[in-house]
Amino acid sequence: MRTTEICVIGAGPAGLCAAIAARDMGARVTCVDSGDRPGGQLVKQTHKFFGSRAEFAGKRGIDIARILAEQIENDPLVELMLESTVIGFYDDGAIGIERDDALTFLKPARIVCATGASERMLAFPNNDLPGVYGAGAVQTLMNVYGVRPGKAVLMVGAGNIGLIVSYQLLQAGVEVAAVVEAMPQVGGYDVHARKIQRAGVPILTSHTVKAVHGTRTVEGATVWALGGDFRPIPGTEQHFQVDTVCLAVGLTPLADILWQAGCRMAYVPELGGHVALRDEDYETSRPSVYVAGDLAGIEEASSAMLEGTIAGLAAARSLGHSTPDFDERLAAARADLAALRGGPKGEKVRRGLDRLMRLGREVGVVA
Amino acid sequence: MRDKPCQESRTHGRIPGAERRARGPCVVMECFEDIPCDPCHDACRQGAIRPFDDLNHLPEVDFDKCNGCGACISVCPGLAIFVVDETWKDDLAVVRLPYEFLPLPAPGDVVAGLDRSGRRCCTAKVIRVEKTKRHDRTAVVWIEVPKALSMEVRHIRVGGSARGLHEG
Ligand SMILES: Cc1cc2nc3c(=O)[nH]c(=O)nc-3n(C[C@H](O)[C@H](O)[C@H](O)COP(=O)(O)OP(=O)(O)OC[C@H]3O[C@@H](n4cnc5c(N)ncnc54)[C@H](O)[C@@H]3O)c2cc1C
Ligand code: SF4
Ligand code: SF4
Repeated sequence: MRTTEICVIGAGPAGLCAAIAARDMGARVTCVDSGDRPGGQLVKQTHKFFGSRAEFAGKRGIDIARILAEQIENDPLVELMLESTVIGFYDDGAIGIERDDALTFLKPARIVCATGASERMLAFPNNDLPGVYGAGAVQTLMNVYGVRPGKAVLMVGAGNIGLIVSYQLLQAGVEVAAVVEAMPQVGGYDVHARKIQRAGVPILTSHTVKAVHGTRTVEGATVWALGGDFRPIPGTEQHFQVDTVCLAVGLTPLADILWQAGCRMAYVPELGGHVALRDEDYETSRPSVYVAGDLAGIEEASSAMLEGTIAGLAAARSLGHSTPDFDERLAAARADLAALRGGPKGEKVRRGLDRLMRLGREVGVVA
Repeated sequence: MRDKPCQESRTHGRIPGAERRARGPCVVMECFEDIPCDPCHDACRQGAIRPFDDLNHLPEVDFDKCNGCGACISVCPGLAIFVVDETWKDDLAVVRLPYEFLPLPAPGDVVAGLDRSGRRCCTAKVIRVEKTKRHDRTAVVWIEVPKALSMEVRHIRVGGSARGLHEG
């Protein structure tokens, strides 16, 4: 069976940074991704990113993906396997990789799992009509393939993703009828909301979708207001003539591999759902399996990069690799993460992480 | 972390007062929420945007140091930075705003000036369009607006470019 020192599953910002960090330590890395190019979510993010300069703030996601990928491409220590999907984790620590309809096996000494997240769905009549999309699909169509998903869109969800994808729809020449948000306030950043409001897009807080209409495809959508108890208020219906309804109602970690690996999982709503218990080095309850990025808890690309760096450094060190700047790099990544999460917008994540680490200590995953 | 500041301190250090605006071009930072972000500080070579001691703090401008050069506009990922010049002409001010839509307007074009809610509040003449490598695909468009609207107009609509359906 083929072997490698560290297998990184997922070449998003977390996986790429894990691969870079482990390579820098001198480890042999195989990075596997089901997509046709490295970058994960970044390959669709045409907007400029927040964060600090150290994590490329002010640069566009698409450019960050390229900068990261260039650091490992053509590196003799790193093998990048694209269009390859990890479909199984076996008891002996081997993983099964599907590529071109063929299954191969790889036995790594360490695994950094950075598979990201999947989108949540919302229940309403006709949510299976063609024209109802997840925000990720809309972004892929527009920003990767240059295809407009429709002519007029109703966006559901005013978190950062809903706001940013609305802006990108406008950039692509698509009308955005409105953004509806069930919560009484906008969840995403105020500056993202302002970008679309000044382009004339109303944000209807305390509103949700009542139903989507159409026979073969979406022809319209009805929204209604929600009372303080989140119950819809009859008589408040508004109709929008749209051919597309885009759902941006949250992400949940894509943890199938971790379940298969028998990692101890915990349900932490603040982190998006089931996440693996892990220690400060991002090692899970299954020794030699590490996590990073949205899989470890839904956050941002900036935090995903830092978590990837920490996991990559720690995994390489556990194999006996070392570099003079190891301590410094690890400390810097930890400090930058704390700074990113330090503000009011990081409150929810901090609460989730406190809970996760407490649970971890209870069962001995965290020392 | 800071105590929750009152409304006035949210605008203090970000929105220049009428007296400062009367002295010449200056920056307007419509960034009022503590988010992890700081590239504006690095962008200003005048040292007018104070260093962030916490990434999550609001940017703070020293309006005496700001010369209205506009170098910070296209760097801001929130597209929250504008420059206004109320000394442009007797009754006309210039607003410089970040613009990431196609088609880009050209100098001399007449476009619709939109307020923060996307309502059309005037017609505006395009004076200049900056789009160099440094702007990294965020153009900075200079428009001429009635002076009374210099703190209202924050977006433009060019020809048939896309919009929300509620726009006037
Ligand atoms: C619209 C939108 C706007 C955003 N804006 C920002 C922003 O401004 N700033 C910011 O910091 N963050 C932003 N984010 C968040 C950011 O994109 C994510 O937090 C980040 O991409 C998470 O990185 P990741 O590496 O954990 O996962 P991902 O980027 O999702 O990468 C996971 C990778 O794993 C691969 N994969 C999954 N399963 C398998 C498998 N079984 N086998 C092989 N490969 C697999 C996938 O193909 C993918 O390439 C935004 C997200 C969205 C959707
Ligand atoms: S306009 Fe120029 S001087 Fe003023 S804050 Fe921006 S970069 Fe600094
Ligand atoms: S760059 Fe823009 S969004 Fe970021 S802190 Fe500065 S003004 Fe605010």
